[in-house]
Amino acid sequence: MPDVRTHLDTVTAAEQDPDREQPWADLGLKADEYARIREILGRRPTSSELAMYSVMWSEHCSYKSTKVHLKQFSDIPQETPVGKMLAGIGENAGVLDVGQGYAVTFKVESHNHPSFVEPYQGAATGVGGIVRDILAMGARPVAVMDPLRFGPLDAPDTQRVLPGIVAGVGGYGNCLGLPNIGGEAVFDETYLGNPLVNALCVGVLRHEDLHLAKASGVGNQVILYGARTGGDGIGGVSVLASETFDADGPAKRPSVQVGDPFMEKLLIECTLEIFAAGLVAGIQDLGGAGLSCATSELASAGDGGMHVELDRVPLRDSTLAPEEILMSESQERMMAVVEPGDVEAFMAICAKWDVEAVVVGEVTDGDRLLIDWHGECVVDVPPRSVAHDGPTYNRPFARPAWQDALQADGAESLPRPTTGAELRATVLRLAASPNLCDKSWITDQYDRYVQGNTVLAQPSDSGMIRIDDETNLGVAVSTDCNGRFAKLDPYAGARLALAESYRNVATGGARPLAISDCLNFGSPEDPDVMWQFAEACRGLKDGCLELGIPVTGGNVSLYNQTGDTAILPTPVVAVLGVIEDVTQRTPTGFQAAGDKVFLLGETREELSGSEWAHVVHGHLGGLPPAVDLAAEQALAELLVDGVGLLTSAHDLSDGGLAQALVESALRHDIGVSVRLAGDAFVGLFSESAGRVVVTVAPTDGDALGALASRYGVALTELGVTGGGSVTVEDQFDLPLVEARAVWSATLPAAFA
Amino acid sequence: MARVVVDVMPKPEILDPQGKAVLGALPRLGFDGVTEVRQGKRFELEIDGDLTEDRLAEVNAMAETLLSNPVIEDYAVRVIQESGQESGQ
Repeated sequence: MPDVRTHLDTVTAAEQDPDREQPWADLGLKADEYARIREILGRRPTSSELAMYSVMWSEHCSYKSTKVHLKQFSDIPQETPVGKMLAGIGENAGVLDVGQGYAVTFKVESHNHPSFVEPYQGAATGVGGIVRDILAMGARPVAVMDPLRFGPLDAPDTQRVLPGIVAGVGGYGNCLGLPNIGGEAVFDETYLGNPLVNALCVGVLRHEDLHLAKASGVGNQVILYGARTGGDGIGGVSVLASETFDADGPAKRPSVQVGDPFMEKLLIECTLEIFAAGLVAGIQDLGGAGLSCATSELASAGDGGMHVELDRVPLRDSTLAPEEILMSESQERMMAVVEPGDVEAFMAICAKWDVEAVVVGEVTDGDRLLIDWHGECVVDVPPRSVAHDGPTYNRPFARPAWQDALQADGAESLPRPTTGAELRATVLRLAASPNLCDKSWITDQYDRYVQGNTVLAQPSDSGMIRIDDETNLGVAVSTDCNGRFAKLDPYAGARLALAESYRNVATGGARPLAISDCLNFGSPEDPDVMWQFAEACRGLKDGCLELGIPVTGGNVSLYNQTGDTAILPTPVVAVLGVIEDVTQRTPTGFQAAGDKVFLLGETREELSGSEWAHVVHGHLGGLPPAVDLAAEQALAELLVDGVGLLTSAHDLSDGGLAQALVESALRHDIGVSVRLAGDAFVGLFSESAGRVVVTVAPTDGDALGALASRYGVALTELGVTGGGSVTVEDQFDLPLVEARAVWSATLPAAFA
Repeated sequence: MARVVVDVMPKPEILDPQGKAVLGALPRLGFDGVTEVRQGKRFELEIDGDLTEDRLAEVNAMAETLLSNPVIEDYAVRVIQESGQESGQ
């Protein structure tokens, strides 16, 4: 950057020097986008305006390639099975009524590209960002979850990124005192060079505490508070997340943001006290695109304009130019709109928490966003044009030419284990494989129980937390996505992700209410990828309509690809459910010997895309398992109704029944003996959806039968719990000691 | 034998929460007048044999790959001769 004081590019300068060459291409803008900015402004943009437009019109901030598809989520009625949404898509996060005067907000976002560049800080600031989103709704953050994707376990780059990412998630969340109640860790070669770090946060508030992001009320003061603004992450998230990495060495990497969780903790407590004191007219967190985003979005959502004096922004580095201040992605900052009479009280609370706060501007009666730098106007724009009227692309998409061949190449014809000994070896091999092995090496680095409200956490199917310690009201959340299924059929794959997450919430006894999604895909400029994206959106929308639950919001991450190889389409679906009394829940894993074991749902010969095909044959082809959402709904109702009757429940997904039995048995070292009617291999390794393995007390078999017939759910008696092994009659006997040894050795062997 | 010192510091534009915490603590302890604190770390390496150009290049590679995180940190390598004199690199 040139010296700003001698080369300040003001609105006046832009008018006087209309033909100056501008680096729009370097900032990621296309020629037509630059032309559109000139048209909106009726002149060339100043360099500050160009900075703002370029970050806000980036793929990451503007959703320019995806909004034509995301729009359909708004067609789903904004209503959950228990009531209307209090805030929906378009806000920082959706807010749901969960009864007893409580509302819950949750959202999942990506921080993929920054976590590839700098794993620890990328993951840490991913957690920090989603926590501030939840905070901006007026909610107290109560739990986080992290769905992660990595390249092959033995790849050198996985050895680099995984420990850093896990330490970053744990380090930041633990310092905030937020329990990490679940998530995923999945390995696939397509994520090599494109690890996915998705971060979810759940917050709780009383109905009356809901706050929306807007700047209204002429004369209201705009306050920036929290950490100082530095040169970190300039263009970081926005430019980074909008372009594919090329082969540049470390030196050319953009600077990354460094998080300070202790600052964030102060920001949380300070903000909640400000909310409680009723001092906030509007509020917005600063995330990607920093001040450019906060000022333009707040002004755009309000009813007037805004005037900001940018030189009032507290800086960590006094040499920063106005363009850099506008683009900086320094962490742990918030912006509030406060009535003039409340400013003093606001400042007092900030001072109490040792949080720096400065009035940087005010709401005006015009319709422009005006930003001055030492008295000279450097930005004069219609805020809506920056925040909401960015370009919209109808990117071409088409079913890939290879899709038919892929779907024709089913795993059903691959060689299978036939003898009992071969089946036993396959169960062990799968249990030790990276996707199915014990994840406690990762989750033990997270504090899962801090605050004392965690009811269920990894390795349970869902994370469950108590939100009221008198009534025991609670919520459960699960995140899921099988990217292989999504590759085979993105429409079905998205529905399968939805079905699995929905089922996981219900296995604990919670009623699923709503979803948030994090849609991770390759380059939108590739029509194949764009088709995958369009299909996944359509699948989610149709699925949510069938299940009667809304999409509350979410996030899109594109350009997750290396060269021509895109990641597996990964539409991660987070489902949140409510449970009236967390003390009345169903645990995951066998609880006592002598319980009867049943399978709920139907098993078909569905092996394509399965963990078996992946691990044993390195095969991906065919059609994913069939999805029947009406059956999933009936199953979920049974599971919610069955709380108290069911002594345990565990969802069947990756690895099928074999893995579900192994995990259920290893939970409390209680073995199981089952008899499988029909083909034992199919029974053990098929990944048919809509299935749960449940146990009941020895005398409750008939009661479960009655429940299953009431909900029309297929019920198969499998056997009985007890003993020290997983036994499949007439096939094999697998001692739990042996299973545990291989299941728990994989991650420590790779990273310890 | 030669001693090589590698100093690692957070890059100037990168937030340094530790330095910030120290800066915040100083006035509380009555130390005034400090306007900025950056906290880094120092490694002292004892090198076997002669410190050739190649060995020194190796130390730089160590600093680049293990001792520092070049994405967010800068490093500087200094050689302290047997006599105890320093020479910058």
